[in-house]
Amino acid sequence: MIEISHVNKWYSPTFQVLTDCTTSVTKGEVVVVCGPSGSGKSTLIKCVNALEPFQEGDISVDGTKVNDPKTDLPKLRSRVGMVFQHFELFPHLKIIDNLCLAQQKVLGRSSDKAVAKGMQLLDRVGLKEQAQKFPAQLSGGQQQRVAIARALAMDPIVMLFDEPTSALDPEMVSEVLDVMVDLAHEGMTMMVVTHEMGFARKVANRVIFMDRGEIVEDAAKEDFFGKPRSDRAQKFLSKILSH
Amino acid sequence: MNYHWNWGIFFEPNPMGTGTYLDMLLSGLALTLKTAVLAWIIALVFGSLIGVMRTLPSRAAYWFGFCWVEFFRNMPLLVQLFLWYFVLPELLPKAAGTWLKQLPNAPFWTAAIGVGLFMSARVAVQLQAGIGSLPRGQKMAATALGLTTVQGYRYVLLPMAFRIILPPLTSEFLNTIKNTAVAITIGLLELTGQARSMQEFSFQVFEAFTAATLLYLLVNAVVVTAMRFLERYVAIPGYITGK
Repeated sequence: MIEISHVNKWYSPTFQVLTDCTTSVTKGEVVVVCGPSGSGKSTLIKCVNALEPFQEGDISVDGTKVNDPKTDLPKLRSRVGMVFQHFELFPHLKIIDNLCLAQQKVLGRSSDKAVAKGMQLLDRVGLKEQAQKFPAQLSGGQQQRVAIARALAMDPIVMLFDEPTSALDPEMVSEVLDVMVDLAHEGMTMMVVTHEMGFARKVANRVIFMDRGEIVEDAAKEDFFGKPRSDRAQKFLSKILSH
Repeated sequence: MNYHWNWGIFFEPNPMGTGTYLDMLLSGLALTLKTAVLAWIIALVFGSLIGVMRTLPSRAAYWFGFCWVEFFRNMPLLVQLFLWYFVLPELLPKAAGTWLKQLPNAPFWTAAIGVGLFMSARVAVQLQAGIGSLPRGQKMAATALGLTTVQGYRYVLLPMAFRIILPPLTSEFLNTIKNTAVAITIGLLELTGQARSMQEFSFQVFEAFTAATLLYLLVNAVVVTAMRFLERYVAIPGYITGK
């Protein structure tokens, strides 16, 4: 589903953020990407739907190369759902309109169909009653659930999550993770940048550990949590699992 | 001071035979309003285009916007009006210059366009700042949903940016109205121009300019009030200062 091969990215000639990253995500797989901050995990996931350009290597999604200038990027992106750390709901639009905007403008759905789909997804994330409110009137956890519903409204073939719970108050983390766990159980292909190791243990198939722009470890979940091969992954794990 | 006050002067007939002195001032007010409204439309249209261009990734668009803004805001408005009115026709091929000079209402069109372009530079800078003040993730979220750049600006960035810059835009609208007074120098008989001619005909300088001052104050008070209503009308529930 996602093929990342030998991706190199520089912010400036002397500052390399991604170094020779190669990995893949197959259909129905849940891959968690973790690592210390500044390790390039958010950058890597943003390269997947070409929100960030990269200079070397190839990434393809469902057989379409994202770094090919001939690729219709808006069309490709409309099939790749993305959830951001800071939700990024559109503050001037009601919740239901946040869900309908791209359905209508990108997919060309009628208003009735878009609203029906939107309401169905809001119901699914438990926020049907909030449809007529504005984003600023919702809690962080609720906003992030709306953001997930907004991405799902486009019927994506894969979902990308960029630290979806990092900006949330602790008591709101679980309501968002619950929605993500449900999604994973339904067979959605997911690539998730997160520090939530509990989530990784529960639903991930594979864990990728990044440090200083490199993929240091790319292993099945059991192997990663059982006996990480690299020192750096071991140290990282012992730090975040110690309390 | 040996000044003969005469507040009744406004109801005495003016020497042009177009009614009273008050009618003279009111016709000036009408012309001020016409010039200001047309100038403001020009300022908004060009200011918006240039403001957006200054936020695009394209270097060419940025430089075009940069040159536009620096050209129109770094020269006194008075000099710009002289340029358009007196110098431009001389620079053109003879036939075109003559045609331009003989246009009916040339002072009106020159003033409206001149003030409009001058103000467009200011609107552009404010819109650029408004767009720049939005979280970077907003544009990313729009892009990730598959919206094109144009759609992203139209449905996501501009509705928020314009809301944010409404208070300074109110000031710019007021400035546009006041700046039309400069057009007296190219022979436009707007409110200041009419007050001036009333002074010359009647020698009642204080009455004439008191009336003109009050009319400017009145017009601007109406604009300020209307903009307050607009601000309240487009306020987003729960957002920043939204009530």
